[in-house]
Amino acid sequence: MTAKIAYDEVEVGTELPAQTFPVTRATLVRYAGASGDFNPIHWNERFAVEVGLPDVIAHGMFTMAEAIRVVTDWAGDPAAVVEYGVRFTKPVVVPDDGVGAVIEVSAKVAAKLDDGQVRVDLTATSAGQKVLGMSRAVVRLA
Amino acid sequence: MALDQSFVGRTYPPTAPYEVGREKIREFAEAIGDANPAYTDSEAAKELGHPDVIAPPTFVFAITFKAAGQVIEDPQLGLDYSRVVHGDQKFAYTRPVRAGDRLSVTSTIEAIKSLAGNDILDIRGEVHDATGEHVVTAWTKLVSRAPEEA
Repeated sequence: MTAKIAYDEVEVGTELPAQTFPVTRATLVRYAGASGDFNPIHWNERFAVEVGLPDVIAHGMFTMAEAIRVVTDWAGDPAAVVEYGVRFTKPVVVPDDGVGAVIEVSAKVAAKLDDGQVRVDLTATSAGQKVLGMSRAVVRLA
Repeated sequence: MALDQSFVGRTYPPTAPYEVGREKIREFAEAIGDANPAYTDSEAAKELGHPDVIAPPTFVFAITFKAAGQVIEDPQLGLDYSRVVHGDQKFAYTRPVRAGDRLSVTSTIEAIKSLAGNDILDIRGEVHDATGEHVVTAWTKLVSRAPEEA
């Protein structure tokens, strides 16, 4: 257990460095291959529109994977994450316009727990909309 | 039609082991753009106290979701997968997934609810390694949207 951050150094309200993560169609194709999730709503605009979506959307699990990077980068050791859960509230819409979308993630220590652990609450937005709800991680600090 | 409540508590047989490959972890880390060396450099992982490279926290979903396919595709349960969206996801880790792990998943239906015509299915996947030690538990909430009225 080698988190870079010590339990005694943080308090409720401590903010983790926020990050922004760009996402394009190429990102989604790559994630589809790596994760094995080939649902066409994540790469085929015609199909996405047919099933009632505004456009191609990012995999919820992709958004979940990006958001926790704020915590793993802060903690140093990704294994410091003991629990991690999210609710998928809104999809991240990824247009094929050469720009794509951006996922903005901020996080702060919401509670100090026993055994050197803290609860970190995350906020993830894209295009001004909250895309994850109840996004929380329990992190074991040094 | 609401799903059969008698499926709550049903546990499916453990899956055949999935062997976690070092290059598969690298591919996943690159796909999420995460350059943390613990995912690709075994020396860096060892400095953190791990025996080998570890996988990012959400990597295991590909394995647990495939295992949940036993539930999703159970013809007796009768879930309409074309209408399913991923509602919630949670993981609780005993230890990180690492290269060389042979992971088996046991899926259990924790809850079935019907809300405004939507079927809500909670599946718990318990992930164990080849020695039988617990690695991670994954909870997946799936929502099968009600068909539109004709």
